[in-house]
Amino acid sequence: MAHDTHTHDEGHGHEHHGNFWTTYIFSEDHKVIAKQFLITGMAWALLGGILSVIFRLQLGFPDANLSWLKPILGGWLTAEGKIDPEFYLALVTMHGTIMVFFVLTAGLSGTFSNFLIPLQVGARDMASGFMNMLSYWFFFISSCFMFTSLFISTGPAAGGWVIYPPLSALPQAISGSGLGMTLWLISMALFIVSSLLGSINYITTVINLRTVGMSFSKLPLTIWAFFLTAIIGILSFPVLFAAALLLIFDRSFGTSFYLSDIYIGGEALPNQGGSPILFQHLFWFLGHPEVYIVLLPALGITSEIIATNSRKPIFGYKAMVGSILFIAILSFVVWAHHMFVTGMNPFLGSIFTLLTLIIAVPSAVKIFNYVTTIWRGNLRFTPGMLFSLGLVSFFLTGGITGIFLGNSAVDIQLHDTYFVVAHFHLVMGSASFFGMLAGIYHWFPKMFGRMMNEKLGSIHFWITFIGVYMVFFPMHYIGIAGFPRRYYTWTNFETFSGFADLNFVVSVAAIVTLGAQFIFLFNFFYSMFRGRIASANPWQSNTLEWTTPRNPGHGNWPGEIPTVYRWPYDYSKPGAKEDFIPQNIPFSETPESNLPHENELIKLEGVEGNAIVVEEKKH
Amino acid sequence: MSTDNTVDLKIVEEPKRPLAMHPKKFGMWLFMASVMMLFMALTSAYIVRQAEGNWVYFELPSLFYTTSVIIILSSISMQWSYNAAKKDNTSYSKIMLLITSLLGFGFLIGQFFGWKQLVTGNIYLVGNPSGSFLYIITGLHGLHIVSAIVFLLIMLNAVYTGKVDSKNMTKMEMCTTYWHFLGGLWLYLFIFLLLYR
Ligand code: HEM
Ligand SMILES: [Cu+2]
Repeated sequence: MAHDTHTHDEGHGHEHHGNFWTTYIFSEDHKVIAKQFLITGMAWALLGGILSVIFRLQLGFPDANLSWLKPILGGWLTAEGKIDPEFYLALVTMHGTIMVFFVLTAGLSGTFSNFLIPLQVGARDMASGFMNMLSYWFFFISSCFMFTSLFISTGPAAGGWVIYPPLSALPQAISGSGLGMTLWLISMALFIVSSLLGSINYITTVINLRTVGMSFSKLPLTIWAFFLTAIIGILSFPVLFAAALLLIFDRSFGTSFYLSDIYIGGEALPNQGGSPILFQHLFWFLGHPEVYIVLLPALGITSEIIATNSRKPIFGYKAMVGSILFIAILSFVVWAHHMFVTGMNPFLGSIFTLLTLIIAVPSAVKIFNYVTTIWRGNLRFTPGMLFSLGLVSFFLTGGITGIFLGNSAVDIQLHDTYFVVAHFHLVMGSASFFGMLAGIYHWFPKMFGRMMNEKLGSIHFWITFIGVYMVFFPMHYIGIAGFPRRYYTWTNFETFSGFADLNFVVSVAAIVTLGAQFIFLFNFFYSMFRGRIASANPWQSNTLEWTTPRNPGHGNWPGEIPTVYRWPYDYSKPGAKEDFIPQNIPFSETPESNLPHENELIKLEGVEGNAIVVEEKKH
Repeated sequence: MSTDNTVDLKIVEEPKRPLAMHPKKFGMWLFMASVMMLFMALTSAYIVRQAEGNWVYFELPSLFYTTSVIIILSSISMQWSYNAAKKDNTSYSKIMLLITSLLGFGFLIGQFFGWKQLVTGNIYLVGNPSGSFLYIITGLHGLHIVSAIVFLLIMLNAVYTGKVDSKNMTKMEMCTTYWHFLGGLWLYLFIFLLLYR
């Protein structure tokens, strides 16, 4: 029992009587840290969105005079009021980096893993509140570095979010590869530390701090998703660290890991013997798992919200867990599908094609299970539910194009065109973003004790949903036509002039979609202070977080941590009085709806209850 | 309710935590997993890069054999210190911990002079990637050893101030695990470098 005492009394009721600084700034409470991640993530999302609209202006209105943006962009505009070509690359790079890492990794996992893991597994807090706080502050400092790099005179990193050398290694190649790239690397190193601290905490908490009765087979799917995401993070981020470390040495100490036979301005560089392909291997060994780090939490959130709002048990719980696990494993063996055109052995290409296409199977299982959960459900179209359904839609449309890209022969045509951009923005960008929004709408009542406005939520959803398709669907056609991504302008190429209209539509849709996010921001901040007061369990949901009071304090439950008797998806159980039975309701209280094997379990409950009392007396 | 009844039924439903480990110790293992991945990445990169040719062959410094022996010895003394602390034999534990720290320092110094041997053999950080890899891999391992020595010194302080005894072994156990891990990691790296030159 020794270990139990130990894990339990951490935070046992000792109320935090902190001042402003310890309560809101350097808090070790997982709920406050989650909100810190959320707010920082939202700020980044807004900035990332604005950057994308600026470069969409260039693509959608190639002849426009943008000198009205002079107050913001200053020297980044040319004399004719055009965006400077190098600045365009910097915008694309920063947009990608911010969205992938700062919003959809830190903002998403940081918010929801922190908020939900202790609440849903029944723990007072994370395994180490201090490490959790450090995790946020490393993220914050990392953010500061990245943010600073936007304002330096040589501009931020401009080699793409994948920072391929030699472009990223040589300041002579592009001005963004100077100080901007150095700041990028420092920022990402700090980011990796933050992510590892967070992940270690998430895994430890899920494994060691579950409440009595919360076996792995009773974990909500959210927790399964966060748990496996953290494991992927622990295994893949160190590899990015290695890649970045070697790049740092190439940039600052004259080594040649990635550089060989390079001439700049007719002059040969001294570096010999390096291989830029090596960087791609290292990067994508992180990079592909990273896309699942971004997506899996969103899928977990969706599972929870769809089951709750369909008033039906999730279809195929075990299959859902199995497919997340299978995706997590496969995500480590498909990285070379990003490198089909690097001159790899075609046989190797076929192997990676095969492995890549296998991922479609667990992905399809998940979509199938979402649809069967919704099927004939008692649907409630809350904003959270709408965004979850949106996620399923994007996951499907974006995933299908993945199957095309996964074929090495087809990818030779499509690689680095807008087709790829369309693919990953639907399947990763928009799907995860919708997962995050769904999560915010759904757990807002537990975070802030108030409800968000549903009408504004629906308006936000419909504009964003249609907007996203208007932005990314046309990109498939542009891409199939061969239009390369990351090109500053296409008007010099006669072939592509026919796409001016399409690009115009895309840009307008992008602006409207960004505009719709302000509805959300208003709703968010207004509801925080003026929203309708929420009840403790406004969605009639089963998981443990809804058994806490309206505003859970430090330690989450004022009294005992509830014991768990059943899985989290007992919605609309035949015979039951209500259409939901929370996880902490023993079977002995629901004789009318128990299945035969559940009646067997009643005998155990009394014993468990007593066992706990005995334990309590001991300490 | 009789106790045997409890025991009986627990076998059926087992409401307890299946993997009950101390959270901090568990976190330590996760940390070591990520350190392992870092070195796996570097050694894999090494193999990939080597397969592409233009690879300068190098001799490993003879000192690396000595440091390998040192680190094995330090693992043994660490384990002795741990065992002694567990038996509340504090004075013996102290001495062994001190010896471990000294051996740790010795290892670092040995590695440093190993680098000097490399330089005399015309292998530099800047140059063909084979040499660069050698320096980065050994250097990064050395940095981890530095962190472990800091941990050792903290433990040394804890033992001296009587904060470690048979009932307070968590940190001591973590320190021991980490030290063994870094020793094992070095042996892996050393054999790897011997095999793939
Ligand atoms: C059915 C499953 C999927 C398959 C077969 C697949 C396949 C591919 C392939 C082959 C590429 C490389 C295209 C190229 O650069 O030429 C690619 C790019 C990409 N995929 Fe997927 N994908 C799938 C699902 C996903 C998911 C679920 C995500 C994210 C959550 C995702 C995110 C990305 C990203 C971010 C890129 C582009 C990275 C870049 O070059 O900047 N994919 N996908
Ligand atoms: Cu991929």
